[in-house]
Amino acid sequence: MLSPYPQLVIAGFRRHSTYRQAALAGLTTNIVFGLLRAAVLLAVLAQRPVVAGYDVAAAVTFVWLGQGLLTVVLLWGDTELATRIRTGDVVIDLGRPWDLQAALLAGDLGRAGFAVLARLVPPMAFGAALFPIRWPERPATWALFAVAAMLAVVVSFGIRFLLNASAFWLLDARGVFAVWGVVGGVLSGLVIPLAWFPEWARTALAFTPAPSLFQTPIDVFLERGEPVGALAGQAFWAVLLLGVGRVVLHRGSRRLVVQGG
Amino acid sequence: MADRVLLRIVASRIRSQLAYRTSFALHVVAQLIGQGIELVAILVVFTQVTSLGGFDRDEVVLMYALAATAFGLADLSVGQVEELPTYIRTGELDVLLLRPLGTLVQILSADIALKRVGKVVTGLAVLAYAYATSGIDWTPLRVLVAATAPLCGAVIFGAVWVAANTVSFWVVDGREVANSVTYGSNFATSYPITVYGPWLRRVLCFAVPGAFVAYFPALALLGRPDPLGFPLWLQYAPPLVAALAVGGAALVWRAGVRRYQGTGS
Amino acid sequence: MIIQTRGLGRDFVVRRTRIPAVADVGLDVERGEAVGFLGPNGAGKSTTIKMLTGVLVPTAGTARVCGLDPVRERKALARRIGVVFGQRSQLWWDLPLAESFALHGAIHRVPAARHRERLDECVELLDMAAFLSTPVRQLSLGQRMRGEVTAALLHSPELLVLDEPTIGLDLASKERLRTFLAAVNARGDVTLLLTTHDLPDVERLCRRVVVIDKGRVLVDDDLATLRRRFAGNRTLVVDLVEPAGPLHGLHGVVDVAVEAQGMRQRLEFTGSAAGLIAEAARRVEIRDVTVDEPSIEDLVRTLYAS
Repeated sequence: MLSPYPQLVIAGFRRHSTYRQAALAGLTTNIVFGLLRAAVLLAVLAQRPVVAGYDVAAAVTFVWLGQGLLTVVLLWGDTELATRIRTGDVVIDLGRPWDLQAALLAGDLGRAGFAVLARLVPPMAFGAALFPIRWPERPATWALFAVAAMLAVVVSFGIRFLLNASAFWLLDARGVFAVWGVVGGVLSGLVIPLAWFPEWARTALAFTPAPSLFQTPIDVFLERGEPVGALAGQAFWAVLLLGVGRVVLHRGSRRLVVQGG
Repeated sequence: MADRVLLRIVASRIRSQLAYRTSFALHVVAQLIGQGIELVAILVVFTQVTSLGGFDRDEVVLMYALAATAFGLADLSVGQVEELPTYIRTGELDVLLLRPLGTLVQILSADIALKRVGKVVTGLAVLAYAYATSGIDWTPLRVLVAATAPLCGAVIFGAVWVAANTVSFWVVDGREVANSVTYGSNFATSYPITVYGPWLRRVLCFAVPGAFVAYFPALALLGRPDPLGFPLWLQYAPPLVAALAVGGAALVWRAGVRRYQGTGS
Repeated sequence: MIIQTRGLGRDFVVRRTRIPAVADVGLDVERGEAVGFLGPNGAGKSTTIKMLTGVLVPTAGTARVCGLDPVRERKALARRIGVVFGQRSQLWWDLPLAESFALHGAIHRVPAARHRERLDECVELLDMAAFLSTPVRQLSLGQRMRGEVTAALLHSPELLVLDEPTIGLDLASKERLRTFLAAVNARGDVTLLLTTHDLPDVERLCRRVVVIDKGRVLVDDDLATLRRRFAGNRTLVVDLVEPAGPLHGLHGVVDVAVEAQGMRQRLEFTGSAAGLIAEAARRVEIRDVTVDEPSIEDLVRTLYAS
């Protein structure tokens, strides 16, 4: 018998594809915000034709790709593990003969796969119909972008996994999610290109995984900067976060097993 | 043994309260930052340019502050209406309909989410700063505008919030659709409406009357003519618009409830 | 020996006070047995089960399940046991039942042919064909529990632990599940360990009963012996069309209680309910009857009293 993880990827895809109406409703919000954010960035570019390396085409691509990646990378709304810890259902997850973190990651990759079809492609198509999107000039960029997007999902998973695992100690992790929910978007280059931030802020953010989430895949798509180094940075954060996540899960489940919750 | 078990239960309750209190504190912090993070975005934009849609930094911050305060107040008072889909799904709405009280009032008063205070605090702080620093030439009329604008804005947002969430009576995933209107108009009103194209402006600034929350009151306070050429009296129209919005929202809500009672599902 | 514990104990520390949830449980269960694990709420049943399945570390004593140390060899053990929690689900809420089964099989690395065979058998015996493609969240509780039990059996476990499997089910669903579990156990390759508050569960499935209270084994005996010694009798509740005097002297009746001015009578009896009803019907006009089984609580209460 094969490893169960490929099947868990497919299951993640299938689970999320059952909520099609919700995906459609979410798409409406994505598109409305895309229009608003594009308007603001275009108003900025009305002052100067190029701001920190972004011209009109790069800026609208930044907006629409960001709106599309939003639910693929998934900053908000993944509270499943925390809920299962709070309700005690995590006992079932810990009782299975699998690697819980790997299983959840597999499911999340499947989820992201569905999101690419349902939530990334439509806003990009919408944006391309109304705005001058800057498409990659080199064919290899598409492959690099696919890798960058996948690494962004893994980094995001690593962060969400840690947020969720905080429920082993806090029980109610909703406050933690709320804080991440409000800072995550701006710090990861979803709202405003990080290149527009002051020098000191960019330097500080470079020491965090935040830019790996949106700024890096978008930069790769826009062919800004050197892609291989950017991907290596993402991979570094992915490995580090997953590693820390393993330790935290081990500690958390040990706490559950030893102290009895 | 029995009282030991009781002790254990009580102890675990206290412990979970403490744990949840951490979560509560984090929620308030999140709300404080959440409202402020939009300001950060505005300030970042102004590190690159000196004007946006024909307005300088302090003027845009004033609009942001008016919108943020109004949104925070609206969220605090009618934010609970977002839970309408939950009420419908769990059948709790039927219970509310059986009581001799207004349905909406019951939903809104079900949970006074104190954690939402954070948003108002941030909004008011930035508003006080903006009033003090944006060089307003204070006259009695402008004092009146400064005092009433956040309240009128809150009423307008509140009405929009109620009307938009009424969509849940018709659509299953209505909350997400409503979000695009409620949070969308909040985002839209934080910037001068001159940045938007004509269609977006018509929908999110006038059909949803977001322009009267921050843009027009800000023009009145700053004593600026409207770059878009709208008549001067619109700058003093927010109280009227607020009244109309409330009337409109009440009609929409009533239609929604009637529809719910009609289908009975 | 599939379960073997010696002096198994578990303390919880609450405010620097040690509270023993399980004090001293010694248990030997042979392969193929079906054991009812009973006790009042808070007696330590769930804590013991958690220790046997490796999700809780004992603070005293030892446990071996399938010859393994449950905590240290949890993953290996998980491949060899199946666990059903009546109040928790191991199925994937938003996937069709069939896909939950496929995933479960993959996680346990069940070979495809074996999976197919096992699944077909369960689907037939539990009559699940009609709702295999329904998402789990849309199943009734009875249908879902059939799914839970199937999932727990797909990897051919040596031990099936059932924690309140019939809680909240209607009578027909309970009966279907009991029949199925009895058949599974009868084949001799699956050992059952069952906690429940429902005496008929135990009667249908278990030959042996272990009662624990305050974290200690109170009784470990054959069910028939136990009933003879401790359990109360059944009670026939008769609702009459017209008031009547106490129905003394019926065959097998040991006590009569009259309620509602003689409109309802409670007959505590031994032997067959059918015969008793027929006999009573000859004496009075009956509107309705119900039979109250002596509950586990009654049995346990009797045990404490003795």
